[in-house]
Order: sequence, then C-alpha cells, then structure tokens
Amino acid sequence: MLYALLCCHDEAVVTSWTTEEDEAVLAKRHRVTGPLAAQGKLRASIRLMPTTAATTVRMGREPVVLDGPFAETKEALLGVYLVDCASLEEAIALAQQIGRDEKVVFEIRPVRHYRPQGNFKETAA
Amino acid sequence: MTDVAWIDPLLRAARPQAVGALLRYFRDLDRAEEAFQEACLRALKNWPINGPPRDATAWLILVGRNVALDDVRRRSKSAPLPEDAVLSDLGDAEADIAERLDNSHYRDDVLRLLFICCHPDLPATQQIALALRVVSGLSVKEIARAFLVSEAAMEQRITRAKSAVARAEVPFEAPGAVERAERLAAVAAMIYLVFNEGYSASGGTVHVRLPLCEEAIRLARLLLGLFPGEPEIIGLTALTLLQHARAPARLDADGDIILLEDQDRALWNRDMIAEGLALIEKALRHRRPGPYQVQAAIAGVHAHALRAEDTDWAEINQLYATLERLQPSPVVTLNRAVAVSKLRGPEAALAMIEPLAGPLAGYFHFFGVKGGLLMQLGRGDEARVAFNQAIALAHTPAEAAHIRLHLDRLIKASQSA
Repeated sequence: MLYALLCCHDEAVVTSWTTEEDEAVLAKRHRVTGPLAAQGKLRASIRLMPTTAATTVRMGREPVVLDGPFAETKEALLGVYLVDCASLEEAIALAQQIGRDEKVVFEIRPVRHYRPQGNFKETAA
Repeated sequence: MTDVAWIDPLLRAARPQAVGALLRYFRDLDRAEEAFQEACLRALKNWPINGPPRDATAWLILVGRNVALDDVRRRSKSAPLPEDAVLSDLGDAEADIAERLDNSHYRDDVLRLLFICCHPDLPATQQIALALRVVSGLSVKEIARAFLVSEAAMEQRITRAKSAVARAEVPFEAPGAVERAERLAAVAAMIYLVFNEGYSASGGTVHVRLPLCEEAIRLARLLLGLFPGEPEIIGLTALTLLQHARAPARLDADGDIILLEDQDRALWNRDMIAEGLALIEKALRHRRPGPYQVQAAIAGVHAHALRAEDTDWAEINQLYATLERLQPSPVVTLNRAVAVSKLRGPEAALAMIEPLAGPLAGYFHFFGVKGGLLMQLGRGDEARVAFNQAIALAHTPAEAAHIRLHLDRLIKASQSA
C-alpha cells in the first residue's frame, strides 16, 4: 500500500532556521530516507517552497486567484513523502524515524491512486 | 529531555508576534521586551518537563502578560488599589483563544513592531540596529559584531533609538488602509536597509555579512506571510533571495570581490533562485509594478543566465529604464549605463554617465564604472585617475583591493606597451 506522509511544520520556525540548521535537518532525514529509497520503499519525496510562494485558486461562479496558502494555519504543508509500506503500522514507524528529534507533524494518508505520468527526472527545484 | 537546543528556534520564531502583542497590551517597548524575556525563561524551565505547548506563541504571550501584570500588582500592593484599566485586561480566556485561532490577528501587531523601528527621525543604522534587537531578537553583542562596533557603543545606539521611538508615540489602534500602506512601505525600506547592510557593508573590514542578509530575508518572509497579496512585498522578498543566492560566489578565498561576470555560477544557490523567480512571477500577475519588483526582475535576468555571456542585456536595459521612470536616481542611470555598454559599447555608456559626475561625485561605484569604461576604450591615464578616486571612496578593504587589481593591470599593460 502506498502512503503519503504529509509533512507539516511550523513555518515560522522553519524559515528562521539558519542555513546550517536547515542543512543539518536535511542531512539527518537523508540518513533515514536514503536507505528507504535504496530498498524501494520511498517512491518520491517533495519539498515545497514556503507558503509565501503559494497561490490559491478557488473555483466558483467566478474563479478567484489569491496569493498565499489555502489555509492560514500555524503548521503548513511543507513536504510530502510517498512511501510503499506493508501496513499502516510500518508507515507510522517510518514517519517517526524520518521526523525523529524534530517538532514536526506528519499526516499519513493512504493513497488511492498513484499514476506517474511520463518519465520525470529528479529536479532540484 | 535535558537538551534545550530545540527550544531556541521556537522562541526565535515566536518573537515578532509575541513582542508585538505584548507591545499592544503594555504600550511600552521596554516592558513588552522584558515580559517576553521573562516568558522565555519560564519556557526554558517549563517546556523540557511538560513538552512544548501546542501554540508556543500564544503560550509566550499569555505567560508574558501574566508575569508582567503580577509584577504590576506586587509593586502596587502597598499603594492604593490599581485602577481598573490595569486589571480589566486579566484572564480574558476567550480573547486569548480567539487570538490563537487566527494568524491574521497578529498582523497589525507585527507590522506595528516593525514600523516603530523605522521612525523617520532615526538614521538608517539606528533603524537597522533597533529592528535586529527588537524584532529579530539578536543580542546587543551580536549586532555590535555585525556592525563592527563595541558592545557599549551599540548599547548606546539602541537605547537612543528606543527613546526616540518612545517620544514618537506610534498610535496603537488598528491602522486604516492608507496608514497601513504607508507603514508597509516604510517597513519594506527598513528591511531592504538591513539586507544591504549585509550585502555590501558600509564599513569595517568584512565586505559581506551573511547573517544580516539572512535576517533580512526572514523579515521579508515574515512581512509577506502577513501581507501575501502586496506585489512590492513579494518583489522585496524575491529581490533579497535572488541577490543572496549569489553570496557563495561573490568573494574569493581571500575575501576579495569577484564581479558578477566572473563569478562561478555553479556556486549560486539554485533553491533561492527558484523561489525568487517563482515570486517574481506571482508579483507580475498583479500588474502593479514597483521598484522592488523591477530590481528583482533584473536580478532574475542575471540568475537566468547560466553563463555571463548569455545575459540578456537588452532586457536589463529595459528594466533599468522602467526603474528610472519609477524611481529616478543617478545610481539607477549608472547601472543602466553598464547594460548600455554591453549593448552599444563603452563610448555610449561613457556619454550616459558624463552628466552624473556631479551628483555621484562621492560615489565609489561611479568611479569604478567610469574607470572600467575608460580602460575598455584604451584611455589608460584617465582610467587610472578614476580608479584612484574610487579607491579613495571605498567603504571596505575588499572594494579598494578590487579596484587596485584594475590599476595593476593598467600599469602592467602600459609597461609592456
């Protein structure tokens, strides 16, 4: 079963990390996600730009385009891991490993469809 | 949990909102800062035992407020009963919850906090120092180090700035639309000052001060988070990101300046560039161009070019022409002349900067550019004069060293000729 680990963080905290602190968190996570990718358990990882880069389109009679995220919440969706797990228990365990020593929130959502289109290469941004 | 390192980023992140809200309660900057300080001390004691609260900012505001009010009560014990005005603020649990719910409630608090740092009576350096102290929460020692002055001098500078701000009596009511727009513009200018102070130091021995740039980016993002639909704030954030992206390539191992066209572009921070370009795209949709957006667009054109020779100088020339219309200044014209020199040659550029000699008589870059153009035209003697004038006006040793490099080349060229 595929699960999306929606990685939610207090954005004020994340954007106040220094470059070194940011890199340290990434390196720490990579120690977990690297082996997971090698085992084929990690299908994709996405890091989103800050919500200040977000645009919201709200469809209705007249579509409305707004700057900023859909919801102004303290914890914002800042990234997604797509993992292939045998059980929810395993997905929970992975989330706990990836987020170890951080004040982060993971929302685990079982994936209903996953249809990769085309053959995308890894991209830095 | 004995390690409290994780608390620090939480306190740092909560600071602008918390101090802003406490300032609204107490209407006194010193008292607001002290209350926040006290709340932080309690957090350091409390959080390792009980874990972090769900909403650290709300916790700090509540605790800071209660601690300060306790203090008021204690001091007034022997005095007559405190006036209602002091006590009526107590224990309004519902209001606290409401505040916790919506980020936008903090908007004017944070804006006010930023705004009091840019009082027009304060010289730029005091505005920057005050913002770094009050909003960013850097210690006086850290700020003194960034400005390369003694701690005592910086302490004095900040104290003086604070008393000027206290006299200014910034209104505490929620601002009207016009007032809010004015505050936003003043705050944006102040954040850009912070950035520039880091990007191109106005004195001392270090030419680039990265922490100030990073702090400015953080402040810009903070402001943009509060006002997501303001194209100039989007532009300002983009501008700081795109400029800062080049930081790893701007100086060599000896701390000497490497010009844009000679920089190793592989060192540029691609994440920051991508974010900056995404922001420009967002800003342009508003069709309300402004100086920050145009400057960001110029930085964006440079960022797009993977090699210096790929730079779209025609586009840059056009953008500078727009900037000249929006914000006429001899410095902007000087910058456009650089683009013109690439498009139409050094002669045309030299003719363009000729009339700037008066207004830019004390400007380092004017003589640097002039010397460079003269050198391209083979007018070595005149170039040497211009470069010597530039050196006399250099702010940092790196600026002077960079010009000296040109002079050395000129001397070598004249010897071999």
